[in-house]
Amino acid sequence: MPGPMNRGVRGVKPMVDNPKQIIKRLLGYIFKDYGIHFAFVFLMIVISVLASVQGTMFTKSLIDDYITPFLLDTDTPNYTPLIQAMARVAVFYGMGVLANFIQNKTMIVISQGVQRNLRNDLFSHMEKLPIRYFDTHSHGDIMSIYTNDVDTLRQIVSQTLPQFINSAFTVVSVLISMFVLSVPLTAVTLAMVGISLFAAKKAGSASGKFFVKQQKNIGAANGYIEEMIGGMKVVKVFCHEQASTEGFNKLNEELFDSANNANKYSNILGPINAQIGNISYVVCAVCGGLLALNGVSGLTLGALASFLTFNRSFNMPISQISMQLSSIVMALAGADRIFKLMDEEPEADEGYVVLVNAVEKDGKYVETEEQTGKWMWKHTHKETGEVEYKNWEGNVTFDGVDFGYSDDKMVLHDVELFAKPGQKIAFVGSTGAGKTTITNLINRFYDIQDGKIRYDGINIGKIRKADLRKSLGMVLQDTHLFSGTVADNIRYGKKDATMDEVIAAAKLANADGFIRRLPQGYDTMLKGDGGNLSQGQRQLLAIARAAIMNPPVLILDEATSSIDTRTERIVQQGMDSLMKGRTTFVIAHRLSTVRNSDCIMVLEKGRIIERGTHEQLLEERGKYYQLYTGNNIA
Amino acid sequence: MVRRILREVKEYKPQFIATPLCMVIEVIAEMLIPYLMASIIDDGVNTGDMDHILKMGGYMVVIAAIGLIGGLLGGVFAAKASTGFAKNLRKTMFEHIQTFSFANIDKFSTAGLVTRLTTDVNTLQMGCQMCLRMMMRAPASMIVALVMSFIISARIALIYLIAVILLSIVLFLFIRRAMGFFKQAFPKYDALNESVQENVSAIRVVKAYVTEDVEISKFKKASQAIYDIFSKAEGATVYQGPAMMLTVYSCIILISYTGARMIVAGSLSTGQLMSLLAYCMNILMSLMMLSFIFIMLSMGSASIQRIYDVLEEKSTIDNPTDPLYEISDGSIDFDHVSFAYNPEAKEMVLKDIDLHISNGETIGIIGSTGSAKTSLVNLISRLYDVCDGSVRVGGRDVREYDIETLRNAVSVVLQSNTLFSGSIYDNLRWGDPDATDEECKKACALACADEFIDHFPEGYNTHIEQGGTNVSGGQKQRLCIARALLKKPKILILDDSTSAVDTATDAKIKKAFREEIPYTTKLIIAQRVSSVMDCDRIIVMEDGRINGLDTHDNLLKNNEIYREVYESQTSGGGDFDEPK
Repeated sequence: MPGPMNRGVRGVKPMVDNPKQIIKRLLGYIFKDYGIHFAFVFLMIVISVLASVQGTMFTKSLIDDYITPFLLDTDTPNYTPLIQAMARVAVFYGMGVLANFIQNKTMIVISQGVQRNLRNDLFSHMEKLPIRYFDTHSHGDIMSIYTNDVDTLRQIVSQTLPQFINSAFTVVSVLISMFVLSVPLTAVTLAMVGISLFAAKKAGSASGKFFVKQQKNIGAANGYIEEMIGGMKVVKVFCHEQASTEGFNKLNEELFDSANNANKYSNILGPINAQIGNISYVVCAVCGGLLALNGVSGLTLGALASFLTFNRSFNMPISQISMQLSSIVMALAGADRIFKLMDEEPEADEGYVVLVNAVEKDGKYVETEEQTGKWMWKHTHKETGEVEYKNWEGNVTFDGVDFGYSDDKMVLHDVELFAKPGQKIAFVGSTGAGKTTITNLINRFYDIQDGKIRYDGINIGKIRKADLRKSLGMVLQDTHLFSGTVADNIRYGKKDATMDEVIAAAKLANADGFIRRLPQGYDTMLKGDGGNLSQGQRQLLAIARAAIMNPPVLILDEATSSIDTRTERIVQQGMDSLMKGRTTFVIAHRLSTVRNSDCIMVLEKGRIIERGTHEQLLEERGKYYQLYTGNNIA
Repeated sequence: MVRRILREVKEYKPQFIATPLCMVIEVIAEMLIPYLMASIIDDGVNTGDMDHILKMGGYMVVIAAIGLIGGLLGGVFAAKASTGFAKNLRKTMFEHIQTFSFANIDKFSTAGLVTRLTTDVNTLQMGCQMCLRMMMRAPASMIVALVMSFIISARIALIYLIAVILLSIVLFLFIRRAMGFFKQAFPKYDALNESVQENVSAIRVVKAYVTEDVEISKFKKASQAIYDIFSKAEGATVYQGPAMMLTVYSCIILISYTGARMIVAGSLSTGQLMSLLAYCMNILMSLMMLSFIFIMLSMGSASIQRIYDVLEEKSTIDNPTDPLYEISDGSIDFDHVSFAYNPEAKEMVLKDIDLHISNGETIGIIGSTGSAKTSLVNLISRLYDVCDGSVRVGGRDVREYDIETLRNAVSVVLQSNTLFSGSIYDNLRWGDPDATDEECKKACALACADEFIDHFPEGYNTHIEQGGTNVSGGQKQRLCIARALLKKPKILILDDSTSAVDTATDAKIKKAFREEIPYTTKLIIAQRVSSVMDCDRIIVMEDGRINGLDTHDNLLKNNEIYREVYESQTSGGGDFDEPK
């Protein structure tokens, strides 16, 4: 069984191949829930940009319409019209401020909301993904989608996007105003912007080249750090500190080199933009001065003043956008990973046979809405619509089952087995023989390539997955507990279980004793996968968790070798009492579990090579005998 | 704390100092331009002096060019300073971590150390670059703009000054409020991450119990909690933008009016008014930038703290001042040793251990999980130091030896062992960098690793993936044993190192040990009685104490725990899933 691969630190962040598509999808995602909010934000941005533009335009009339005439006027100037004009400007400004405030407020709703929805959608989708997905993706990588990638998206939504709109609108409205004020000067400004963009592109592409190299070096350095720090204890034991430092220093130098260059080029982008902007300002000032002096094209002093301010505000958004480029690239890579997860095919469930509550009437069980504790299968035939009921007994058969994690490599071949209600079937064999795999097929963690698995005579492919899994009690090799109280963990699969049921399950699993000794008994909070419990205690809780479901079929993947013999004995007692009266599949590691099984299956390389009771198998003197007597020749 | 971190600037100090200077040059150049512009208007346009306009224009271009140079150099220096700083930080941290004892590593956890070396250093590199460029730039441009304004008109500059003070107070208050919320927000994040973590690692349980919907609603609750607190936190920051806009706009209106009156009164010129308006923008933008830096800094402070913690961590185990470089033999003595991982712990992990092992003996150690078997052997190579009593190797206290000498003589095969990426030879030579191919092969033969290595197409040159993921558990364990053997140690400790090796091979390895390295003291921790029953003596550990120490036969007779373990294991013949 391929375990979750821990590849550790994610290395090189790949550049996205289809940025346009991702942007489109991202915008679609935002507009889906917050389209109206966004339209509103857009409106607010327009208002605040216009407010600022009208203010700058006012400089022109301030100089041309008020100051200059005042200067020519020898009388005591009348300030009333000026004050009135200023009041008008102030009102517009006030609207701008208000719009900006509303925009910011709305933006929070959007950015936090989008984030929340994104996380919820991601999680909901993830819960529906097949086990296979978790086998093939490192847990660290999945985690970082929630932590890093969603976070980088927040930036793009809350900052980059509004800034983009703002900048775009500013550029347009400023450009129009500039045209109105003076066409020749606008031409000069545009020419300078062209130069600035050209320079930015040059520096940007040089920087991009080094950024790619930097990412590669970061990947290498992080990989090395992960490996050496992860194996730190071994490093210490072998006094390998110096060698490992030397290896690190080499990678560190390389990283420095590319990081330095990458940052160098991206750093000079800003000053280039700013100073070309300044030169643009200077050229406009000089040209404007000359034009105004000669009175060409009707450029007044006030118009020049306004124009120069516009010139400034024209350059600003351009350099702002170019500065945001790197964060956009990062956010896109994050969005790409997010969407990739969302695009993963969820676990298919075309099952239609369901478990329903049954009640006894005239010696026959019939379906009922009540919670009776008795169950039966309800099989609605697709074609005829005919309904058939079957008793829920716990009969499991495998018929010529082939399975492989990938189609080209089979790990189980032609598995045949029959388990009657109440029987105990044990699987033995070396690691990798396919024991766990078989049990993972019964609950359809994986789907088989060939053959049939039947539960009470029904092909499990026809049973709704939720009902199938609820009818199978699983105690897995790795015990995972959830944060919550001990009682919460026991009633994990049965939320409405009463406290009495919880205690009964715990008693059955031999767990009641230690639970009562915990500081808060059943209300003790478990943190971080039950880290405050011992391995054996966690195992007992997992047994209790399965016991409370009271399923007719049990799958027990026994304690791992990391549990010592004494602890295991306690766990074993719990398992034994749970197994009574149920069809049980047990993956056995220790003999005591196996000996009294109704049938023992010896697996090797994905095939059942021997089967029978303990005594029969011993007589056969085959693999089981070897395993049993410890004489297995390696 | 910051000072300690900044010590790592080292050879990049010139760039560190030069960057802000360059930024100041850039700022001054930038600020001079509006001033000269005023002159163009007043002395050029208004008087019709074309030459003056061109002359001033020429000056301005030169100044802009100087500014450009300043900016470019600043950018280049800042890149070098910050990436160099990050490099030094990583180097110093990495080297420092190499000196850590096991106790230090436990304290930080390897994952914690990795994050500090990668994410935190990165945050700091970005923060540093930002600070170098902005920190000087923002205040400098504010000050220069203010000074220029004062030169032009003290009265109007006063308006700025008041606006700046008012706005800084307001910004400060908002930021402080928002910070409080942000602090509350981080634990909520942890809760969310825990939920994801749980579900990713326990997905089989979730699916087996069909609790997807329950988990989704749990997650949504956590997600909503983040939404609420972050909305609040960011809600506290929304006033910043409008407050700043309000100030700018008020200034513009006030200046326009006052300016107009002053011009009429003849105490100000039109050009000067224009430059004042330009400065107004500059001053307030800088203030905004400062508040931004402030937020960045407080976010980076967590990283600074975490890096600082690593740098300031003192190794709990130091080399003695006058160490011994010679270890006479492989005898081991524990004299009334007590030990706890946390010295303040109420209960000791090892309690009053008295144990004497002579050179060449083979000792088995058995006991339930948590009975402190590993803790016991870890004291021998001084991976941890005792709390009380003493551990002696070759008759001398382990604390008197040079650590490297000691650890080369005491070879431990750790329970959670790691192989590193590289060839099998590379991995083996961790034990002895100068080992010949023959020596490597001999060690592998001893550890019964030769058989499977020979089956690899590339033999001893086979590349091992990081963490040894391309070899099986049993193969990994045997390679680790071979690696430890190459040290030619006086004492060899196997900490449950053959748990994934099948019984027959296990026995073969033990036999080889007995015959090939008889003078090496061997300590073998195992779960299986069969792994230790041939040892000269067997220690039975129970709850941090030695419960029994004798030969297999005697223990079977006299020691209840040992007998219990033995019976439960041998009545069947051991495990069924022993890999081959």
